[in-house]
Amino acid sequence: MIATIAAKELRMLFSSPLAWITLGVLQGVLAWLFLNQVDAFLGLQAQLSLLANPPGVTELVVAPLFGAAAMLLLAVTPVLAMRLVAEERRNHTLPLLLSAPVSLLDIVLGKFLGLWVFLCLIITLATLMALSLLAGGRLDMGLLLANLSGLVLLAASLAALGLYFSCLTAHPAVAAISGIGASLGLWLLDIVSRDLGALQALSLLQHFERIIRGFLNSADVAYFLLFTAAFLMLSVRRLDQDRVRG
Amino acid sequence: MSETLPSLRARNLSRRHGRRMVLEALDLELYPGEVLGLLGPNGAGKSTTMRILTGNLAPGTGSVEICGVDLLENPVAAKMHLGYLPEIPPLYRELTVAEYLRLAARLHRVLESGVDAAVAQALQRCDLAGAAKRQIGNLSKGFQQRVGIAQAIVHSPAVIILDEPTAGLDPLQIREIRALIAELGRSHGVILSTHFLPEAEALCSRVLILRQGRAVFSGTIDGLRQRCPGGSLEDCFVHLTRAETA
Repeated sequence: MIATIAAKELRMLFSSPLAWITLGVLQGVLAWLFLNQVDAFLGLQAQLSLLANPPGVTELVVAPLFGAAAMLLLAVTPVLAMRLVAEERRNHTLPLLLSAPVSLLDIVLGKFLGLWVFLCLIITLATLMALSLLAGGRLDMGLLLANLSGLVLLAASLAALGLYFSCLTAHPAVAAISGIGASLGLWLLDIVSRDLGALQALSLLQHFERIIRGFLNSADVAYFLLFTAAFLMLSVRRLDQDRVRG
Repeated sequence: MSETLPSLRARNLSRRHGRRMVLEALDLELYPGEVLGLLGPNGAGKSTTMRILTGNLAPGTGSVEICGVDLLENPVAAKMHLGYLPEIPPLYRELTVAEYLRLAARLHRVLESGVDAAVAQALQRCDLAGAAKRQIGNLSKGFQQRVGIAQAIVHSPAVIILDEPTAGLDPLQIREIRALIAELGRSHGVILSTHFLPEAEALCSRVLILRQGRAVFSGTIDGLRQRCPGGSLEDCFVHLTRAETA
């Protein structure tokens, strides 16, 4: 049932121009950044060779590429997520799901998975770009994998957050703007709360940066998983409240 | 004597909206092979009743049993026997009719091997075979309404709930949809809401008239006629739905 709903979300996404435009624009921006980074790396190579333990191409090209991809996901995910529930509410299509023999958890998980798979597709394209460097050199596969997992985990968190905001309203644009606001807020929590340790622990950026530097530790992974699970549960509760409140 | 069990039984349903009671102590039973008409002026609680019966809205008090399964305690199992066309058909405009019905069949847990046959049957019953490959958004209102009905019957549920199935259609389309409902009523239990008396007279074996959330009449059309001898059905309806308001 979850797979049916996820497949439906993906099909709906690809039947609108939104998915294609998103893929095209993000790929264009990432390619431009990537080439810039490669160019800079080539320029620096002479100086790097003088260092005893120079950073490699993975650190200088791939990590910034994935960092940029993270920022782009931050901006794009709430826009893609706004459709999930808010648009269905506005178009009065939710009763199809709500009167079918499907639990609210299945609906939420299906919608989440549909979006997450799409985000993973964006990430795959970015990864392929990074892998193209293999044509001319070697990559630090461990670091690449850490970057990849960081991005995949971040995408899950952002998808869950966006889905939750989509559950709050019947106006897709309101869902998108508040989703972007919340993700940016959580991202920047780090800067605002330099001296407040507890708040800092909540910042998406903190955890993401540790992972993309290659420290794939369980605390950061757990943070993303808990973050995702929490917003999925909140979404289920919000949909259930609809039934009660009317 | 064999006693047929009701396909749907609702007991003591009530729901409050703010201070206003939208539904008060409503009892309702539907037997296989009958068409029950929910009648009443606008705002009498017809749609609210239907949303409660289909699990889209939680009742304040009361219980709903579909084919012996409690809808509130075991929603997924109960909804297996349910098909619902809301007031606004829940259609995804981007999908083609066949894609949409396949989705509806899967959501209603039609086995994967039976999906194509179920869709073909629903298309044929609703006279949609020629439109199977057309995008729902491009169809006329009459066709969209039929797709909405097809969605409600694709899994051959025991209980079919149709909220104003002929609203906004032209006379020819109304005639076609009525013929379809009469046919459905022979093999399934159908509840339909309308504020159009001739429709109820033509289709319903029993009617339930609501006024301000309360049942003011329950019985056959003939029984309704006997309530006000000499007057037309319309007079009778007006009398029942207006009485006591002063």
